[in-house]
Amino acid sequence: MKQILRKPVLAVGPIHPLQEEMEFYQLTVDGEKVTDIDVRISYNHRGIEKISESLQFDQVPFLVSRVCGICSASHPLAYVQAVEELAGVKPPERALYVRTIINELERIHSHILWAGLAGHFIGYDTVFMWAWKYREPVLDLLEEIAGNRNQYGNVKVGGCREDVPDELKPKILNEMDKLEKKMNMLVNAVLDDPILHARLKGVGVLTREAGIKYAVTGPTARASGIAIDVRRDDPYAAYDDLDWNVITQPEGDVFAKVVVRLLEVLESIKIVKQGVKKLPGGPITTEVKEIPAGEAVGHAEAPRGETFHYVRSDGGNRPVRHKIRAPSYVNVPSFKASCIGANIADVTITLAAVDPCYSCTERLAVVDRHGSILQDYEALLALSRQKTERIKKEIDTPELKMEDV
Amino acid sequence: MNLQELNGKLSQIKDKLIAIEQKTDKRIFLSCEAEDAYAVNKFLFEDAGCRFVIATGIDSDDCFEVLYHFAYDQLGCVITLKAFIRDRQSPAIESIAPFLPAAEWIEREIHDLFGIDFKNHPNLRRLILSDDWPQGVYPLRKEVKK
Repeated sequence: MKQILRKPVLAVGPIHPLQEEMEFYQLTVDGEKVTDIDVRISYNHRGIEKISESLQFDQVPFLVSRVCGICSASHPLAYVQAVEELAGVKPPERALYVRTIINELERIHSHILWAGLAGHFIGYDTVFMWAWKYREPVLDLLEEIAGNRNQYGNVKVGGCREDVPDELKPKILNEMDKLEKKMNMLVNAVLDDPILHARLKGVGVLTREAGIKYAVTGPTARASGIAIDVRRDDPYAAYDDLDWNVITQPEGDVFAKVVVRLLEVLESIKIVKQGVKKLPGGPITTEVKEIPAGEAVGHAEAPRGETFHYVRSDGGNRPVRHKIRAPSYVNVPSFKASCIGANIADVTITLAAVDPCYSCTERLAVVDRHGSILQDYEALLALSRQKTERIKKEIDTPELKMEDV
Repeated sequence: MNLQELNGKLSQIKDKLIAIEQKTDKRIFLSCEAEDAYAVNKFLFEDAGCRFVIATGIDSDDCFEVLYHFAYDQLGCVITLKAFIRDRQSPAIESIAPFLPAAEWIEREIHDLFGIDFKNHPNLRRLILSDDWPQGVYPLRKEVKK
């Protein structure tokens, strides 16, 4: 009888132990070496592309900003740019600057968030604590501008909804100066750390050729020597007027991705400062009459790479088709190139190095009970009390009275 | 390559295309029949050096469309290839995943959502829909209610 040889499979997921998101990696292993990887996604599919077809053009930005909490500025921006192209609308200059400032603040907080998480993943919690502490003031600035730490809901077809108030300018500049100093310190501390060099250099290498085949974008591409950045290649908002650099690294390993992201934070700080100083006067919105029939594409550089939106209109008030491509959708499959042949211990950080975002990748869980309330507050409270009673009985705890505590 | 050279390059595959429409300096739309899509995609990726962005499936009234979006980053140009699949009963098109692994996921997704068969796809199992989703129901087709 022929013997069937089964290869051992190591399951990471469906809930990732560190990233706390729904994703399922099945690593085929031979001892400590990973010989194959299979990624299962779509535990968080929400049907956003289908919902979009039932919304009006000016409602869609609120929907697409919920594709992903972190990229809640870049998704609507890419969509709005597609619709503006379709309608031939040019937003006022001040709106372009406001969009730039919000998008760069988003990039700063996203990259710092990732740097902290990456530190946490390799057991370097000091970086995690520092980074997240530095991120806080950026979120506070966003709250002052848009009313929310995330989910800014600020762009609309033809301009912006909220302005960057002139009286807030000194505060933004001041916070950026402070952040620049802290980031310089963090960048130097990370780049000079021999432990991080030993842990991350040469790990999870994505070669330039593999990067092109898997069509990766954003920092993942730039860390493999592929110098692409939508902000420079197909300039939108006010990026053309400002002075900044595209950061690339040739190595393709995890360390290169750290370098690219950290240096990009410094570039983004530069952009925000220039944007605030040059902020022109005038209105932030222009009138849009109707969206003609036709099709258009819009793309923007989100923190993780290019977000791409395709919109088709039949001349009505709703898109007939709206396609969303988030950057993680092309970055995640590149694990086939960067993880096979590596040690299991190295794969965990490699999987985190592209800064995967599953919410984005799946875009699609809507619970729609047509507005009916399944459990009201009282019912939920009663359920909770019942459960507590049951557990108390099970573990046989004595009744505690307030006086005893 | 500047825009003129890019246009020159694109005209090399003119016989496989139905139309070339240049909307602006940065947006070019090409269209072709489903049978020619494989060759045109291969040309765009391997000869013209474009970066694959994504594909979009669309349920038009009389046919299915698969739109392949490419970017030519040196010029910041987005090139969209529209392939028409006329057979609505059993829609099929050649897979481009064998030479372009970046397209593997999106072809699986379009297969899930529109029921378009990608011939010679290395691994055409479900990506987006759950395992217990009924066979033969394709959520992004027009007959499925919103």
